[in-house]
Formats: sequence, structure tokens, C-alpha cells
Amino acid sequence: MSLKRLISNKTMAASAVLMTAFTSTSAFAQEAAAAATATAKPIDMTPIYKTTLFYVLAFLLLCLFVAIIGKALKVYELTRETEGKGKGINWDKINAVLFALFLIVGLYGVYWEYTVHGNMLLPEAASVHGVKIDEMLNITLIITTIVFVATHIVLFAFAYMYRYNKERKAYYYPHNNTLERVWTVIPAIVLTFLVLMGFLTWRSIFYKIEDPNNKPISIEVTSSQFQWDVRYPGADGVVGRKNYKLITAINALGIDFNDKNSMDDQVADEIVLPVNKPVRFSLVSKDVIHSFYMPHFRVQLNTVPGMTSYFEFTPTITTAEMKVKTNDPSFKYLLLCAKICGTNHYNMQKAVRVVSEQEYKEWVAKQVPYLTNDLRETFKLPLLAEPTAAPAAADTTAKDTTSQIALKK
Amino acid sequence: MSTISVHDTHHDNHDDHAHGHHHETFLSKYVFSMDHKMIAKQFLITGIIMAVIAMGLSILFRIQLAWPDKTFPILESFLGHWAEGGRIKPDFYLSLVTIHGTIMVFFVLTAGLSGTFSNLLIPLQVGARDMASPFLNMLSYWFFFMACVIMMSSFFIQTGPASAGWTVYPPLSAVPKAIPGSELGMTLWLISMVLFVASSLMGGINYVTTILNMRTKGMDLWKMPLTIWAFFLTAILGILSFPVLVAGVVLLVFDRSFGTSFYLSDIVLGTQILPNQGGSPILWQHLFWFLGHPEVYIVIMPAMGISSEIISVNSRKPIFGYHAMVYSLIGITILSFIVWGHHMFVTGMNPWLGGVFMITTLIIAVPSAVKTFNWLATLWRGNIRFTPAMLFAIGLVSFFISGGLTGIWLGNAALDINLHDTYFVVAHFHLVMGSAAIFGMLAGVYHWFPRMFGRLMDKKLGYLHFWVTFICAYLVFFPLHFLGLDGVPRRYYAFTEFEFMQKWLTVNVLVTWAAIIAALAQVAFLFNFFYSIFRGKVSTQNPWEANTLEWTAPVERIHGNWPGEIPTVYRWPYDYSKPGSDVDFIQQTTPFSETMSSNMPHDFEGNEEAEEIQKQWDAVNKPSQTAE
Repeated sequence: MSLKRLISNKTMAASAVLMTAFTSTSAFAQEAAAAATATAKPIDMTPIYKTTLFYVLAFLLLCLFVAIIGKALKVYELTRETEGKGKGINWDKINAVLFALFLIVGLYGVYWEYTVHGNMLLPEAASVHGVKIDEMLNITLIITTIVFVATHIVLFAFAYMYRYNKERKAYYYPHNNTLERVWTVIPAIVLTFLVLMGFLTWRSIFYKIEDPNNKPISIEVTSSQFQWDVRYPGADGVVGRKNYKLITAINALGIDFNDKNSMDDQVADEIVLPVNKPVRFSLVSKDVIHSFYMPHFRVQLNTVPGMTSYFEFTPTITTAEMKVKTNDPSFKYLLLCAKICGTNHYNMQKAVRVVSEQEYKEWVAKQVPYLTNDLRETFKLPLLAEPTAAPAAADTTAKDTTSQIALKK
Repeated sequence: MSTISVHDTHHDNHDDHAHGHHHETFLSKYVFSMDHKMIAKQFLITGIIMAVIAMGLSILFRIQLAWPDKTFPILESFLGHWAEGGRIKPDFYLSLVTIHGTIMVFFVLTAGLSGTFSNLLIPLQVGARDMASPFLNMLSYWFFFMACVIMMSSFFIQTGPASAGWTVYPPLSAVPKAIPGSELGMTLWLISMVLFVASSLMGGINYVTTILNMRTKGMDLWKMPLTIWAFFLTAILGILSFPVLVAGVVLLVFDRSFGTSFYLSDIVLGTQILPNQGGSPILWQHLFWFLGHPEVYIVIMPAMGISSEIISVNSRKPIFGYHAMVYSLIGITILSFIVWGHHMFVTGMNPWLGGVFMITTLIIAVPSAVKTFNWLATLWRGNIRFTPAMLFAIGLVSFFISGGLTGIWLGNAALDINLHDTYFVVAHFHLVMGSAAIFGMLAGVYHWFPRMFGRLMDKKLGYLHFWVTFICAYLVFFPLHFLGLDGVPRRYYAFTEFEFMQKWLTVNVLVTWAAIIAALAQVAFLFNFFYSIFRGKVSTQNPWEANTLEWTAPVERIHGNWPGEIPTVYRWPYDYSKPGSDVDFIQQTTPFSETMSSNMPHDFEGNEEAEEIQKQWDAVNKPSQTAE
């Protein structure tokens, strides 16, 4: 059979394939070129548009390349078959080897990720509870990494070792109760350990016993699209009541100045915290849900309209110290929004500074009260004389109003 | 596909099937079909189309993330004012992530996965002529189809599609002024969702009824393949949890359109005080996640069932620990109802509840671990045939491990404080739900394609598809964990406003390129799929040499599934490579009397008469058996 001999001649077959492929490629290329010129004429070919078309063509070319390879493989397999050399390509073996390779390269990739990207993460926790969270995170990381690596080695090694072999028969092994019990109980024990640890940490974060000698500073944060309004308690240490129904253009937070505690509440355009002193944030939202997220302190809690929530923690590292620790002179603590809240969700931030107790006292003394003369009028409170005698603020009321307006903006 | 009349005169409970007589038109055969196989194909193809759309949306926002300062005029030509000057706008970015999530979770991984394979396999694998209610089944598809159309129509309205995230938390989703997407787009989203849930319920009721009432002779519950167990429990989960979403959605519709205050209170936009009072946005979250968490198991359990079956068939081994596999599915089903609060650790929910939900959440990891180890044990000493379906099933196991393990992090309330709503969560659920469940679905498509179309898909293109997708999926989602650990929140339009995020821009470029390559690799699948429907190699009746009942039905896929009597089932579906048997698979329809040489004592389930017969046979034949 001369035909068979002809087909069995592999070089002939391969060249035939390449020939047909080439002719079809060139034919295709002509077509494509024709199409390209046809579309190109009426449209202004900006460089970007050109590249889009270029990518489309490149992809089509790639498809063609894949098709050629597919055809060549098919011809190769057919010739093997007609020659009687059994089936052409052992795909089971190829896939098994690929799994083995994937395991090796993948493990290296994981190592690379852990060491390279793993070194680009948040610096050490800057709060008391954050250290506990990080400890637990590390334990969880170690446990899960061990399981991750071990199971993947087993998975891909099995895929490689037990690839199809005509001579072999699989081992009929429908169940083994002991084994199943083992791998039910071991994860259960490990998880119990993690649950207990997590539960205790969680409780220690949200159930604080107040130390009368070290009372937390109360700070109120109100979120709205797309800003954070901060209210410091003033000299009395208590943030006064507020009511959303009192919100007007000059009283953006709806502070109720009939409450005595509100009278000395201060505006701040940044959050400044004294180091090693507990702070208790009361969080509420004016419009939609936002999330009060300060990653460096491992603090996050949603702000919900109509519901005040609280997060108490103690910062332990000042901004200046952190600059040294991270070797980054531009280091800043951040407050950002972590709950989708609208168009500018991606840019809803507030600067946070942790300073020494002394610096904090100096800073807080300079902050102006919310209560302006305009507001006094609205609430029918006695107006202050022009050179203001407000206890904490040395600034003039005129300045107060401007800063108020600036804040609103 | 010819219509063979089914005149079942045998003593069979299901012989009342009377579809053989009427004349089939194009409309009744392909459009308003009541044949479960055709409905499965409708679900699958619609699911694939929706998946391609959702994937396209993800590429759009990945481009924005990778090159936030570059312009792409081509985007403007396609998207008009949503990409003015060739840059996607922030509002539209949020629409993209919202609709991407909604389509993928509901339309692709719920309807596309459950809808396809429950419809296709339940009647075929339990031995029924069709679903319990073929009409309801047809309605189920058309409700789903309408839901898809309405969801997509929101791209053609002035204010754009819903953009409050796929979880549509009010007040953002309830107050139209909060974001443009919360105007008409959100209304369409809600209507679409109600239709979708209706579809899902009709499907679910059908699945449960069919499995409980229409199993063929001999098919007791413990002889059902794991696929059927998975579909059964998934349907129960859906029936019990989806109505809660409808309740939530209806209340949201009321809040939006009729001025009620179920979710709204104390809201001020600028200085405009809204009249709503007394509601709680947290209520929506409870209702949503009461569905939402079971939903992720609705997504993954069918994929688990499918891959259990495929791994067993292609390892030529019984699935290891069949009973444990079923009990772990049952365990997951029950537990999945009491873990929803782990989505809400930091919403301001009472911290005491956080502690409780943490415990239940971490318990659910135990059945998941059992399943993983059982898959590994099934591979052990198998004789693995790497069909494309098998590759995808192994890929599922890998993704399920990678994504499942980070669940242990996020399920821990204390760790969740810093990881909540960051890219760590994105990485976690894309691996465990996105990648693993999609791989389960693709595995199912490759495996049961011959059952659906009577032809085989090209395996070499399947290999190409698998390897590129598998590698790229890891390249996309693995690095995202580190963004999350660095405190980068999700749903950020650009990383340009924060200095600490700048260092992740290069990673974003890598991730986007990997995503683009993965998307292009799907062309190999799409071509393979549609080409093989018409031109693929014609399949034999049982191309994978599998045991389950669907492979005893003729390749022609007749209405009513089997000509003549429905086969009787005698054994469990996993008798692969049984010692003493000449062939490495024994179908469920083979009685023990035909396999005397390979029967085992526990096969008879305490039937003393059968054991006695076997004993007598062994006494006569075993010596020669061992000599052989």
C-alpha cells in the first residue's frame, strides 16, 4: 500500500500539514489585512485603537497557531496508529508530569509569595489587642500553611504516581473507618483550639472592664458620604447627645446643645490619640453604612445609621516611633472606609496621629468647640462676647466659623 | 433525535409517560421544551452566556485597577458615557463589580450549575422518565431566562445597573440619591432577583420530588450516586433559604417605593432629613445572609458531588468513604443554616453573637476537611485517566483546599476584624467559590457532554483549557491575599488615593494580565463546546466506562430516556476495579448473580439467602478462582 507508506512517512506528513497551515495562514492574513484596511479607512486610527486591533489580530493568530499544532498532533497520532505502534501520545503521562511540575513550580511560587509579598504587609500591630490578633494570625497561618502544602503534595503526587497504566488495576478500597475517624477528629481538635483562642481574643476585645484610674478617652466619629467627622469630648470628657433631626447647614452633626455635655465638644480635622491610653470610639453614620477601618491598629467596625457602635482600644506606638520602625519617614496611620458606600468609596480617608501624652494635651487644647455663636442663637443660648472666652479655644469665633465651613466643605 | 414512543407495558411505577404521541415542533422541542435534558441544555447554554458576560465585566474592572491612569478610547466606544474619555467612571466601576458578582453567584453558579446538572442527571441517574413536573421545570427555566434578561436590561438605562455591591446593603441600595445605581437599576435588580428565586424554587421542588418519589426499582437512597445526594441536599437548602431572600427583597422594594422603614432610620443626605424612622439596616444583612450563606453551599455542593463522581470514575476506584461523603454533605447542609452571622462580625452586631457564629463556622470546616481527605484517599492507588473532566475535578480539589483554608482565618471573628471587606475576602471566595465551583461545573460539562449531545468534546483543547485556566486562576487570586493582609479594602475604584497602596499597582497589572489570559483561554472551551455539539466525535453509549444509570440510556437521548422498561438497580454506583471481576467497572444494573466471582459479604446487606447462595458458589468455584 503505497498510500500507507506515504502517510507513514512522518516528515512528509508534517510538511504537508505545515504547507496547508501556511497557505491558510497567508490566505487568512490577506483577509485580515483586507478587513483591517477596510475598517481603517473611515475611522481615525488613533494609536490606541491600532493596538486594540493589533491585539485582536495577535489573538486570532494565536488561535491559528493552536489549531495548527492540534492538527499536527492529530496527524502524528494517526500515523502512529496506522503504523500499528499503539496510540500516539500518552496524554495521561503528559498530564501527570505537568501536575508534578505544577507542584514544584507552585511550591516555589508560594515560597516566593510568602517571602516577597509577605514582606510588603502592614507593620506590627500598633495596639494592645492588635498584638493578640497578630499572634493568632501567625498561629493560623502556620497551621493552614502546613495543611496547604501537605495536602497539595499528596494531591499532585498521587496524580503523578497513579497515572493510568494499562497493566495495573486500581486498588478497591471503599472505606476505612479508622482512617475516616482520624481525619475527622484531628481537624476537629485543631479547630477547637483555634475556636477557643479566637473566642477568648474576641471577648477580650469587645468586653472591656473599665479601669477607674485609666478611663478611656471618648471620641465620636460620624461617617457620611464621603467624609469622617470627628468630635472630641472637651474638658468634661463626655461627648454630648445628638439627634439627626437637628441637622442643619450649620449643625452638620445634629449636636444637641441643650445637653450640657455638648457645650464643650470639639471639632478636629484629624484624629490624634495619646499613646498607651485607651480610647473609646463611638461610631455612627449619617447616611449609608460605612466601615471605620484602621488597619494598623487592627480596628474595624461598621458605622450604621440609627445605631451607635463602640470600639475601644489602646494605641501603643506613636507615629514618630513607627516612622523609625518601618524605616519610612512618610509613614502615616490611616482611617479608611472598608464598606462600599458610593462613588468616592475609594477615597474616604482621615489622617490619624498617635502622639505622646504631652503632645496630645497641647494639641487638644488648640481644638475649637463645635458651639459657635450662630448655633447659640439657634439653641437660644447666651451669646459669647466677641473676644471669645471659650474654655479650651484661644481662637476667635470668627475663625471658628471659617473652620466650620472648611470642615463642611 | 427521533421521538420513540414509549409504551411501557411492564410492571413499572413510572409507565404513565405519554409524550410519545404528540408531534414535536421546533417550538416544543427547543424552546418550550418539557424534556429535562433539553431544559438542562437551555440552563447550561444560558449559564455559559451569562458567565462570558460576567467574565467580560470582570476584565473591564481589572483593566481599571491595573491601569488607573491610562485611557482606553475603545472603552468609550462600547460603554459611552460610562467610560468618558476612555476611563471607566467610579459609579460604573461599582456597577461592574455588583453585576459581576450577582451574575456569577446566582445566574452562573446557581442556575447554570444546579439547573444544568440537576435537570440532566436527576432523572437519568435515579432512573426516571423525566422530572416529577416537567411543566414546572419548563417554567423554572423561563423564569430564570426572564431574570437574566431583566438583569442585563439594566445596562441599557440612563442611570445604569445596580451598584451597591452584590449584597445590596441598604441604605446604599435603598436610597436612590445615595448612588445612581440605586435608582431604576436597583429596581430591576430586585425584580430580577424575585423571578430568579421563583425559578430556583420551582427547580428545587422538582428535584426533591423526583429524587424522593421517582427512583427506579432497587434504587434506595444509599445506592444513589453522590451527585444525586449533592443535588438533593442543595435543593433542600435552596427551598429553605431562598424564600427568606424574597422576604428581604420585598421589604426592600417597600422601603424604596412605598416609603416604609424596614431598613431605614436616622438618615440624612447632606442636610436633607429622610422621614424614615425605626428601621435597621442590619435586618437586611440578617435576611440576606440567611440565604447568602447557604447560597455559597448551594454553589459548591453540586460541584462537590460532580467531582466526587468524576474522580471515582476516572481513578477507576470506588469513592473513598461513600457514607462519610453523604454524612458530611448532610452536616454541611444543616450547619450552613447557622453560620450566616460570620459575614457580620464587624457590623456592630452584638459581639456575643459573633462568638457563637465563630464556633458554628469553624465546626463546618470539619465535614469539609473530611471530604477533601476522602478525595485524596480516592486518588490513592487509583489508575487515573486524565480526561479533561478529571483534570478539572482535581483542580477543584486544589482550589477547595486553598480557598477553604483561608475560611478558617475569616471564620475567626478576631482575625476577621482586620480582614473583613479586604482583598483577603475577595481572594478567599474567588478560590473556594469562583474557581472551585466553576471547575466543578466545567468538569461536569466535559464529563456529561456526551450524555447531552451524543458527541465528545475534543480532549486536547480540553487540556489546553484546563492548564491555562488553572495556572491563571492561581496567578489571579493567590496574590490578592497579600493585598488583603496589607489592609487594602475591596471595591476600591483605584489605588491612587492612598500612598500605601501604590506598591500593589504592579501586582494589579500581573493579576489583570493573568485574568485576561484566563479569559482568552475560555475561547478554547467555547469553541470546543459549540463545535463539538455539531461536529464532535460521535460518542459511544458509555464513553468513560462508568457505572451509573445514565450511561445505560441510548446515545440518541430519547424522550423518556430508556426505550422499554427502566433498568433496575442492584448495587451501589462505585464498583470499580472490584477484585475478582474481569472488567474494571460493574454497572449498577448488573445483578450480583452475574458477578459471583467478585461479590463481597457486605454487598448483600444482611440478605441471608443471598449470602447462602454466595457461600455455596464460593465453595465450588473459589479454588479455581485463586488459581486463575
